[in-house]
Parts: sequence; C-alpha cells; structure tokens
Amino acid sequence: MTWETLLHYKWGVMAPEFIILGVATALSLIDLFMPNRQSRRPLGWFAVAGVIVAIVSLVGLLSVDTTSILHDTFRLDAFGKAFKLLLLGGAALVLLLSLDYCPKEGMKYEGEFYYLFLTALLGAMVMTSSGDLITLFVGLELLSISSYILAGLRKTNSLSNESAMKYVISGGISTAITLFGMSYVFGLTGSTNLKKIAMQLSTLQDSGHQYVLALAFLLMLVGLSFKLASAPFHMWAPDVYQGAPTPVTAFLSVVSKTAGFVIVLRLFISIFAAALSQGDEPSSMLLSMQDYIAFLAGATMVIGNTVALKQRNVKRLFAYSSIAHAGYLLVGFASLSFVMVDSMWFYLAAYLFMNLGAFAILQTVTDQSGSEDISQFAGLYRRNPLLAIMMGVFLLSLAGIPGTAGFIGKAHIFLGAFATEPAHYVLAAVMIATTVVSYVYYFGLFTQIFFRPAAHHESFSVPIGATIVIAVCAFGTLLFGMMPGWLYAFLDKFHHFSDFLR
Amino acid sequence: MHDTYFLSLLVFSPLLGIGLLAFVPKTQEQTIKLLGFLATLPSLLLALFAFSQYLRGYDLSRLSEKHAWLQFGNYSFLPKSAYAIPYELTVDGFALVMIVLTALLATLAAIASIHIKKEWKGYFMLFLLLEIGMLGVFVAGNLFLFFLFFEITLVPMFFLIGKWGYFEKEKAAYSYLLYNGIGSAILLLVILILFARTGTSNIAALQDMLRGGEGASQMLAPLSNDLRYGLFIALLIAFGVKLPIVPLHSWMLRVHVQAPPSIVMLHSGVLLKIGAFGLIRFGMGLFPEQFERFATFIAILGVINLLYGAFLAFVQEDFKMVLAYSSISHMGIVLIGLGALNEAGIQGAIFQVVSHGLISALLFLLVSIMYERVQTTMLNRLGGLSKAMPLVSGFLLAGAMASLGLPGMSGFISEFTAFLGLFKTNPALAAVGTLGIIMTAVYLLRAVLNMTYGATARGVAEVADISAVELVPVLVLIGCIVFIGVYPQMLAEPLAATIQMMMNGLGG
Repeated sequence: MTWETLLHYKWGVMAPEFIILGVATALSLIDLFMPNRQSRRPLGWFAVAGVIVAIVSLVGLLSVDTTSILHDTFRLDAFGKAFKLLLLGGAALVLLLSLDYCPKEGMKYEGEFYYLFLTALLGAMVMTSSGDLITLFVGLELLSISSYILAGLRKTNSLSNESAMKYVISGGISTAITLFGMSYVFGLTGSTNLKKIAMQLSTLQDSGHQYVLALAFLLMLVGLSFKLASAPFHMWAPDVYQGAPTPVTAFLSVVSKTAGFVIVLRLFISIFAAALSQGDEPSSMLLSMQDYIAFLAGATMVIGNTVALKQRNVKRLFAYSSIAHAGYLLVGFASLSFVMVDSMWFYLAAYLFMNLGAFAILQTVTDQSGSEDISQFAGLYRRNPLLAIMMGVFLLSLAGIPGTAGFIGKAHIFLGAFATEPAHYVLAAVMIATTVVSYVYYFGLFTQIFFRPAAHHESFSVPIGATIVIAVCAFGTLLFGMMPGWLYAFLDKFHHFSDFLR
Repeated sequence: MHDTYFLSLLVFSPLLGIGLLAFVPKTQEQTIKLLGFLATLPSLLLALFAFSQYLRGYDLSRLSEKHAWLQFGNYSFLPKSAYAIPYELTVDGFALVMIVLTALLATLAAIASIHIKKEWKGYFMLFLLLEIGMLGVFVAGNLFLFFLFFEITLVPMFFLIGKWGYFEKEKAAYSYLLYNGIGSAILLLVILILFARTGTSNIAALQDMLRGGEGASQMLAPLSNDLRYGLFIALLIAFGVKLPIVPLHSWMLRVHVQAPPSIVMLHSGVLLKIGAFGLIRFGMGLFPEQFERFATFIAILGVINLLYGAFLAFVQEDFKMVLAYSSISHMGIVLIGLGALNEAGIQGAIFQVVSHGLISALLFLLVSIMYERVQTTMLNRLGGLSKAMPLVSGFLLAGAMASLGLPGMSGFISEFTAFLGLFKTNPALAAVGTLGIIMTAVYLLRAVLNMTYGATARGVAEVADISAVELVPVLVLIGCIVFIGVYPQMLAEPLAATIQMMMNGLGG
C-alpha cells in the first residue's frame, strides 16, 4: 500500500471516530504525566467536550451520501449515522453523570475511567459503520474489553471485582460463540465482506449448505444475545449491573445495549436477509429463523419483568428492567416489518433518555445514602420534590404511559408487529401482558417516592453533571412523547435505512 | 363563536390552574383550595356555553379541529396519509352531554374537596390533570388520542387513591392500577391492530371502513371475520373492566371504599361512564354486526350485574359498600339497554350513564359530608341522623329515591326506557331484571332509613348540619336530577342524532 492509495480514501467520513480516538489517546497521555494528587475531573470535562465535538462532526456528515472506504470495511450509511448519533448522545450524558460519581471509598482510577470509556465508545462506533466481519468483530471486542475493565474499576470493592470477573467470563464465551458462527459464514462464502457474503449467499441453493448457514445463524444469535442481555443468556447482567460503578451500569444498559442491537441488525439484515432458506417456497433465511428471535423476545420480556418484581436493590431492579426492554426491542426485530429499523431506533432513543435520566437520579440518591436498597427512595418527594417528579416522568416513560417517549416507542413496535402478514399477535400479547406486570415494580418505586415517609428529612442537592443529565433527559422524554413528529421527520431523512448494502 | 381552538381550550383549560398552583406555597391552604375550584370553572363555562348554543341549533361539526401531529414514517409504497395520527378533536351530542357532566362534576368535586386534609397542592394538581384526561376522552377524534386521554386518567387516580385515601389506600391504588392497566392494555392492542391494518385511527373513517363503505378500498390489510370477533370481545373486556361488568369488578369496590369521597364522585360519576361510552362508541359503533350477535349475551351480563349488585348491596354493613354495589347494579341497566338493541334501549342506556353520574356523585357528596362529621360510614354506628342533620337526611333520601327510580327523577327515565327496550326484544330476561329494581328499593331504603331514623347512635346527636359551601353542590345535583326527570327532552334531543347513527349501523 502506498501513500497515494491511503490518501485517496475519504477519511473525512471517519471524523467522529478519529476525534474520539484522538481524545482517548490524549487523555491517556495527560493522565500518565499528571501528578498523582491532582484531581482528574478536568479530564472528564475534556472527554465530554471531545464527544460533543464528535457529535458536531457527525451532524456535519449527515448530508453526506453513503460512502464506503478501506475496501468496503468501513461504511458511512444512513444506519451508521443514525445509530452513531444515539451512541454519542448517550455517551455524552453518561460522561456527564460520571463526573459526579463518588463511591464510598473514593474514585482512585478516574483517569482510566475516561479513556477506557472513550475506547469502548469507539468500539461501538466502529461496529455501527463496519461493512466487514473483521471490523465488526474488532469493534465488538474493543467495546467488550473496555467494558470488562470498566466494570471492575472499583478495585477495593468485592462486588465490583465479582462483576468484572463474571463479565469477562460470560463475555468471553459469548464472543467465542459469535466468532464460531462467523467462521461458518466465512467458510461458506470465502469472504468476510458483508456485501460479498450477501451476494454469495443469495445464490446458495444447496440444502446442506443452508443447514450450515442456519447453524451459523443460531450460533451468532446466541453469542450476540449475551451482549444484549436477553434471556436465557441474561444471567450475568444483574450481577454486573449491581457491582459495576453506577455510570458504568448506565453505560452498559444504554450505550452498550444500543451497540448490541446495532451489530445484530447490521449483521443479520445484511447477511441473512439475502440468503435463501429451504422449503417449497424459497424465502429469506432471516424470515425462516423468525421464530427463534421471537422466542428469545418472549422469554426475555417474561423473565425480565417477572424477576424484577422481587428485587430490593435498585441497580438489580434496573438490570432486570433493562433486560425487559431488550425484550421489547427484540419484538421489533422479530416482527421483521418494514418499520423495524425505524421503530427500534426510536425506541432506543427514547430508552436512552428515560433510562439515563432514571440512572442519574438513582446515582444521586444511592451516593447520598451509600445504600442501594429500594427504601432509600422513601420520601424522596419530601426531600426533593422536583427530583421526585423527574423520576416520576422517567418511570412513567419506562412503563410506557402515554405522554412520554416510551409510549410512542412501544406503540411503534406494536405497529410493526401488527402490520406484517401474518401479524404477530402472540408476541404482542406477551409484550402487553408483561408491560402491565412492569407497572407493579415501576409504580412500586412510586410508592416509595411519594407515599412512604422518609428516614431522613434533610433535603439534598443534586450535583451539576447529574442536573444537566436529568434536565436533558426529562426534556427529551417529554418532548418526544408529546411531539414525536419531529423525531420522525428526522428519521424520514434516512429513507428508512434502505441503503444497507448499496 | 370563535371555534378553531374551542375544544382544545375546553379540554386543556385546567392546565392553567396547574400552572398557577405550582407557584403557590404549599402551606397556603385556602388559596390552593380556591384556585383548585376556580380552575375547574373555565371548562364548565365553555361546556355549558357550547351546550346552550347546541340547543339553539348550532352545528357541532364546526367545532372539530385537526392538526398534524405524528406520522410513523413516510413509506413510498403506502398511501400518503397512512400511519398518520393527527391531533383531532370532535364532538357530537352524546359527547357534549358527557362533557357537560364531566365539567359539572369536576367543579362540584372540587368544592367537595374542602374535606381533604393534607397536601392540598399536590392533590389539586393531580385533580386537574385527571379532569383534563376525562374531558379529553369524550372529544378525542381518533382512537389513539382516546387512549392517550384514557391513560392520563390512570396516573393521577393512582396517586389520588394511594395518597389521600383511607386505611387500605395503597392496596386499592394498586388494584385500580392493575385492573385498569390490563383493561387499557387490551384496548391498546385493539387500537393498534385496527391502526396497523387500516392505516388510520380516525373514528369516523374506521366506522366507514369496517362497514365496507367508500374508504374500505384504502385498507392496508384485510380484517378477517374471526379477527373482528376477537377485537370486539377484547373491547368488551377492556371496557368491561372500566364499567365494571361483574367478574371484573372487584377493584372498583376497593376504590369506592378507600378513595377520598370527592374523587369517588368523579370516579363513579365519570370514570365508570368512560367504559359505557367506549362500549357504545367503539363496541357498537365499530362492530355493529358483532354487537348484534352478542346482544343477548350482553343483556344477560346486564341482568347478572343488576341482580348481583343489588343482592350484595343488601347485605353490606358499610354505606360506602352499599353504594359501590349499587353502582355495579346500576351499570347493569346500561348493559341491559344496550343489549336490547333498539332505540329505546340505547336511549335508556345513555340516559342511565348521565343519570347515574349525577346520582352517584350526589350520594358520595353526602357521604363525604357525613363522614366529615361522624367519622364513620358503618350502618350500625349511624342512626337517627335526621335529628341532628335534618337537611343531610332529606337529601340522602332524595338521592336514594332518585337512585331507585322514583318517577319525576332522572333515574326513572333511564330505567324505564332501558327496560322498555328489553321487554320489546327479550321479555323473559327483562322480567327477571325487574327483580333487581325491586331489590334496589329494598336495599337503598334499608340503608338510608337505618341512618336517618331509628335509635340515635352515640356521637351523632350533636353534629352540625350541612354548611353553606356544601349546600351549593348538593342543590345543583338535585336540581339537575329533577330537571332531567321532569324534562327528559333536554337530554333526548342532543342524543337523538347519536342514537340514530347507532341504529343505522345496526341495520335499522
């Protein structure tokens, strides 16, 4: 490769990635040469600024046509742009949240936190734009490995250690299974490029090969559903969520989950939608595998919502809540309707606002009291009414009550489930039933906040980072709940993500 | 009459009160109560104004508004307006009557809220939010908005019951939340299936499509006959929870007993009626064929409700329980009227919706006045009220008379027409149903006479009678009840068009 070939690539389309990479590198160097005693908080603000600059550069790229560089391994298409926006937005909010995070024993490894966080984000972004199994995998691993370390960042806390350990092991297994599945795909087609794979597979007629491909699908589905924390591969999530530092939990439940859905969508739509399945009427492989995804969705919703009912630790509660939401998102995927990507994007956007908002309050409250028991929310209404009302907004949205973004998101997913022929009535019914079950634990938090008397009466203040996050999230949750038209008008610009392989 | 934003103004005017209340310090009890009361007045005045204009021949369709709100993606292979949900409000005679009823009861309940003991600010803010939800339900122009307003009532009710209720308030709040949550979840399913398959959620357009009218060709996917039956049954369950139809009623008893009486006035007066409204509008309006097939079944459900409520009301020891079972019993009459499937029956059902709204509000208002003074509603600890509280006793008797259907009061008209309808189509069933009417007289008179006459119970002798502030809403309600009883044409006229439309849908 010569300089000429390197220079003729349109590197500009990777600008957001380069910015994040640059900031992460700079942060690690600054952290290295910074005196030990000095506070690392300015680094956090630097990281936030870096993410915001990346968002600005991404917004600048929105009008750029679909471009692929580096031999189709990196693609900037509508899908990449839209989902990167979510990842960056979520990351900026989580970083703001992490500025105020202060566990009992103090935060010794703050510098590491910021640049590991950015590398994780970088991994997610690379995944979003990758056009090749290799870049996809590298992105996934960059995200995963950074997350493993982040989860164990409270080195003196045994729960945090346990969480990192569990995360590494289950994450490693899931990676191996995914890779195993990918190797079959490579074996069948002789290529790692998604576009070439799709082309090859669309001509695959041999039924023996189709079995292998189906096996590859199942392996990848199982491996990636670890990442999504969807049942029955969700076991690690509650422990990791509970043990990890709260901002990391927020990151895992929002940014990392979004990244998980990104890889699932990109991989499965580009590879398996093109492949033919066997049977009398040849249809797409993805369509014939629909039932497995639907089963995963159903199990995830049922397990997430029912086990959440008996949680006393709020971080565990939110872990199960986040499992449940993965289930709702999988319903959107399983129905394979024409609104699929739109509806999942919207739901993830809504989820970003409502869940991060809830996490900001959760972190404020648990930091204040040093305990994560649900009773710490008792009497929040008396101690800080505004905070209580904000929490109310986020919980209502998570429960899917109209007037909030969560409701519109759910309605859109239902629309997808009913608009296909045949319609997915059973799956939708499970979703509705489990949503009603979720009322019990979301409103259970309400009872704590509004009905129960408080153990302490002193009011407390909310730190600046969390205040910004709560304000932004509440604004987003309500705005997109009441005026969702704006977000849909924005989505229309992407032509419903039809340029997956173009 | 400037009408572009009239309905929006009517529905959302309580927001002004919520906004103002936010700035009042929470210790200012009197200001908050006054403001809470005043905030209900704009809707009431607007509703009464619209009603009076309508009676003078104003065309209600001019009040409709429609603004673009939400579009689930612009898909090139779908018609342009598919999956669009505009913000549209519309009103007809039936809806207008319900609006007037809601606004009136909200104002009266705000007056009855003087008995609320704590955290007035939060109470009134939620109260006004509840009013927005209730008003919106009746003017929603599409199913999506209907559901939105329907759910808006759910959240404030949960808090109003759970925070300001009596001893077992949290349990009542939860059972309210779960039962109604399931009901509305089923409703949401129906709405979204219709929406996904037809591309629209506009009520009028759906009516046209489902009947195979001109718009039917624009449907995106077919609705098979089985699916229609499924949707109809789902609607019956969804609104059956709200109404409530007998096996689905247990939550409603808890709410009636545990919630603060001012909220029960609204709950029993308006929220239960949303079930009836929905059943008439959507069950009958969208699925007339299915409704016809189920008519006898619905009438049977009605008779069961009527008798079950009446018999259980007879053995209750708590006056609030008597009234709760009485509500169940009276909702049976709505079902009986609808099940009759003829003009008289439907008219009776709708009359009952309005009339029971007024009567139950009156009775719960009196309960709140009584409870305020004697701190109990147990029948065995009440007695001889007439000596200390002659006025309250008199009103109580009047309310009971109205409820049991004394001629000259609104209850009579509704029961009479509903049964008239059923006797035409199913005389045997109607004959069984009349037993319920007799039982109504028995249990109401037993309860009321027990409280007003008989031996004076301890602590009852020296209580004060009704105060001037409390007198106003009582007199207004009794006035309305008698007025409708004497001059039912007042209601019959606005409802005629709606009933005619229903009859057309039913094929005659």
